[in-house]
Amino acid sequence: MVELIVFIVAGAFALIGAMGVVTARNPVHAALFMVMTLFSVAVLFLAQDAQFLAAVQVIVYAGAIVVLFLFVIMLLGVDQSEDLSIEPIVGQRSLAALVGLGIAIMAIVFVQADITGERSVTAPKLDSITTQVDQPAVTLPDDQIVGTENNSNIAQLGRVVFTDYIFAFEITALLLTIAVVGAVVLARGRDDELLQPMPERASFWNEDLHGNGDAADANPADANPADADPAGTGAHA
Amino acid sequence: MDVTSTWYLVLAALIFAIGAYGLLIRRNPLVMFMCVELMLNSVNLTFVTFGRELRDLGGEVSVFFVLVVAAAEVVIGLALVVAITRRRPDATIDDISVLKG
Amino acid sequence: MEQLAELVWLVPLFPLAGFLFLMVAGRRLGEPIAGWVATAAMGGSFAASILVFLGLRSLPSEERFVSVKLFDWVPAGDLDVSFGFLADPLSVTMILFITGVATLIHLYSIGYMHGDENFSKFFIYLNMFAFSMLLLVLGDNLLLTFLGWEGVGACSYFLISFWFTDEANSSAGKKAFITNRVGDFGFMLATFLAFLTFGSINYDTMLSGTISSTTASAIALLLFVGAMGKSAQFPLYLWLPDAMAGPTPVSALIHAATMVTSGVYLLTRVNPIIAASATWVPDVIAWVGLFTALFAATIAVAQNDIKKVLAYSTVSQLGFMFVAVGSGFYVAAIFHMITHAFFKALLFLGSGSVIHGMSNDQDMRNYGGLQKLMPITSMTMIVGWLAISGVPPFAGFWSKDEVLLAAWTNNRPMWFLLLIAAIMTAFYMTRLVIMTFFGDPRWSDAGTGAAGEAAPGATAAATVGPERHPHESPWQMTLPLVALAGLAAVAGFMNLPFTDDLKFLYHWLEPSLFGNEVHSEAGTATKWIIAFIAIAGGLTGLAAAGSVYFSSTRDRNSIERPIMADGWGYDRAVTAFMGGPGRHLFNAITTFDDVVVDGIVNGVAKSARVVGLGLRGLQSGYVRSYALGIGTGAIALLVYFVTRATF
Repeated sequence: MVELIVFIVAGAFALIGAMGVVTARNPVHAALFMVMTLFSVAVLFLAQDAQFLAAVQVIVYAGAIVVLFLFVIMLLGVDQSEDLSIEPIVGQRSLAALVGLGIAIMAIVFVQADITGERSVTAPKLDSITTQVDQPAVTLPDDQIVGTENNSNIAQLGRVVFTDYIFAFEITALLLTIAVVGAVVLARGRDDELLQPMPERASFWNEDLHGNGDAADANPADANPADADPAGTGAHA
Repeated sequence: MDVTSTWYLVLAALIFAIGAYGLLIRRNPLVMFMCVELMLNSVNLTFVTFGRELRDLGGEVSVFFVLVVAAAEVVIGLALVVAITRRRPDATIDDISVLKG
Repeated sequence: MEQLAELVWLVPLFPLAGFLFLMVAGRRLGEPIAGWVATAAMGGSFAASILVFLGLRSLPSEERFVSVKLFDWVPAGDLDVSFGFLADPLSVTMILFITGVATLIHLYSIGYMHGDENFSKFFIYLNMFAFSMLLLVLGDNLLLTFLGWEGVGACSYFLISFWFTDEANSSAGKKAFITNRVGDFGFMLATFLAFLTFGSINYDTMLSGTISSTTASAIALLLFVGAMGKSAQFPLYLWLPDAMAGPTPVSALIHAATMVTSGVYLLTRVNPIIAASATWVPDVIAWVGLFTALFAATIAVAQNDIKKVLAYSTVSQLGFMFVAVGSGFYVAAIFHMITHAFFKALLFLGSGSVIHGMSNDQDMRNYGGLQKLMPITSMTMIVGWLAISGVPPFAGFWSKDEVLLAAWTNNRPMWFLLLIAAIMTAFYMTRLVIMTFFGDPRWSDAGTGAAGEAAPGATAAATVGPERHPHESPWQMTLPLVALAGLAAVAGFMNLPFTDDLKFLYHWLEPSLFGNEVHSEAGTATKWIIAFIAIAGGLTGLAAAGSVYFSSTRDRNSIERPIMADGWGYDRAVTAFMGGPGRHLFNAITTFDDVVVDGIVNGVAKSARVVGLGLRGLQSGYVRSYALGIGTGAIALLVYFVTRATF
């Protein structure tokens, strides 16, 4: 019962959020709608006993990624709304609607397919993906777990990730590093912008506070116009 | 009425379809990105549902990794958007058609 | 002794070596060493030929087919052609007189080409020609023969247009080559047909296999087309008179003694195929030969250029040979070929000597009275004249008599017409000799107040012509003349018809003829009568010419009609056709090639471009369109999987 209500509410909010992302004219509004969807999906994760994932979803997705989106939107000023009434590519709207509809229908049809029978479309479960131990990895009664006290979702997940999936884990770590480096390179801009030194300012640490002999400091406008350019005045004649 | 996994899968399919439609419709690159994130989220939901149904922790592990990769992808994508938009502030996705021909 | 026959590969090797050596070092060696090197090469070849002859003779007559294979030339599936030489009586006969005459002519050229700036180049070409001719004769398959065939054609072109700075000479060379090409087309078709029929183009397979009469007729006729081109029969003879633009040794070697005989050789080589063909095929050969003989003889009567007379005479004599071949008398054809090589080369070289002495003037109207001033030349040329006119005991009589016998056996009218051609031969040759060596000089030697004026006042009667200083030629030129004169005198004795024992040539050539030689059924008395009629005819022609030209008692213009001098307008007609309708035809073919053939090829490329341009529109550059494509593809995949899923 509880699950039903939770599902309906969260599902509704997810759908509303999705529609909002698609139809919002202002990108900031779209980002906010997306947060709504992400939260709802987190709730749905919770409903399926994936507590860790729900938490990670909120922290990483809603908390970091959407914030990053908003940073970029605000920074670059792309918050001007785009004109949704015109469509430059002919036939795009209708075809897009068809594609969306097609995907939805196909996916739903697929869902009805027999997923565990002999002639199923899905690949048979590969034994190596599951835990080495010959037991189901999802929550088990306590007395069937070997060698641990803690069988919470996060503990089980941690156990699996750091044993069976350690290779993938390391690779994703590498991927993140590469992503950071790539982002720095891409967003750097032109070389001269970066290598230009900062303009000099008078500060305590600069040598000449009182203006003797430091040409960088001296303000040519302060000098005596009469002394400054004898040749110039001569030239005026 | 029981909430079977089919319900979740249908919901995920709908979110995916909406995300796909939005990707094809919108011209603002950031909004397009958000639609991609929508699709990824629906896939995550599907993974978790199947993991629960098949009693295999691999589903949740997959979500874990999808999340990481999505984060990395967002980083790079936004860097690209920044790089492009710096030059032409009002560029939509249709203006980047250099591969034409 | 028998193994000597296997040295047959030495025979073409010498001129090849000479050719290569002179290519490298000829210019540096210069005159006259380059000439001596080339002559020595030919001499070596002649010596090798003698050795091969002796080797072959020591074999019993059934085994006189020595085949020496050098290497695999074209091993292409079913077509397996090897580079090999066949030493059999026919080819050995050919190499003997080819190398012998060629050596003499090389020696002659050293004197004739004295002072020419391209002296060594001449000998390079001569050696290359000799090599090609020997390949032609010695090859044991049609392809090697064809290689030699083309080689002699190419060398003929080079040599005819040796003084190519004069445009007439280079045109003559081109004309020779192109006309030969027309004949070569027939040769090539015959080769293809032979391969289709026999599966091989080696002579031993071809000449011992069985073929249908129609195929044999086709092959024989196609080879005859090739022979017509090379041996200057009507209608492909018109290159030979123009080829006189080349130096005289070239005319002697190529256009009298060797290259032009290759057609006769070819037909004799494939005599089993001719024997297997329909009966009208040899008749065609014989009648074409007869027509050519008569036709060319009429033209020769009216020529004023000494070399042109000899050129048309060559065409005519080749016609004689083809009459013999067409009548099945191959021995007579080869016999006449050999004697003709001797006396025609002699006549050409002699005329070259005269031209040399007369400062390159070739017009006989400016000659006269040269006999006292050029004794050796005139004596040898008189021997040649008697030989070609058929006066016994010189060589020409014996061989011409055999040919007349062949015509008699074939067809009485043919014999009669051939007799007329023989009479005309005697006539125009006598005319040549009289105009050149006898009578009053029609030139003047201003230095010694010359023979031109008989009486001081009689300037009208005495001819004051162009200034000339005739002199005898150096020994390099007169020695070959003497040698050839000797041969022209005695060569007839190689095949005397009196008794069977004396027919050396006939018995020698028998193995190569595979029993296809036709024998005359005429009785001895008939043969004697034919012989006497031939002698009488020759003397008649001689006397007629003497009366016209010696003493100027008859009007020569009624005999030397302009139309005959013009070659009956044939050359002009061919030129007009090629320039007019022929050109239109060629243009049409070229246009066809450009539009249709190239059009198809280019059209394929063009259609690829058009399709590509059309497909280009798919690449709009819009990311969203591409995304749409991806989405559509994804749906298609899903649909496919749904069809395979169970529910």
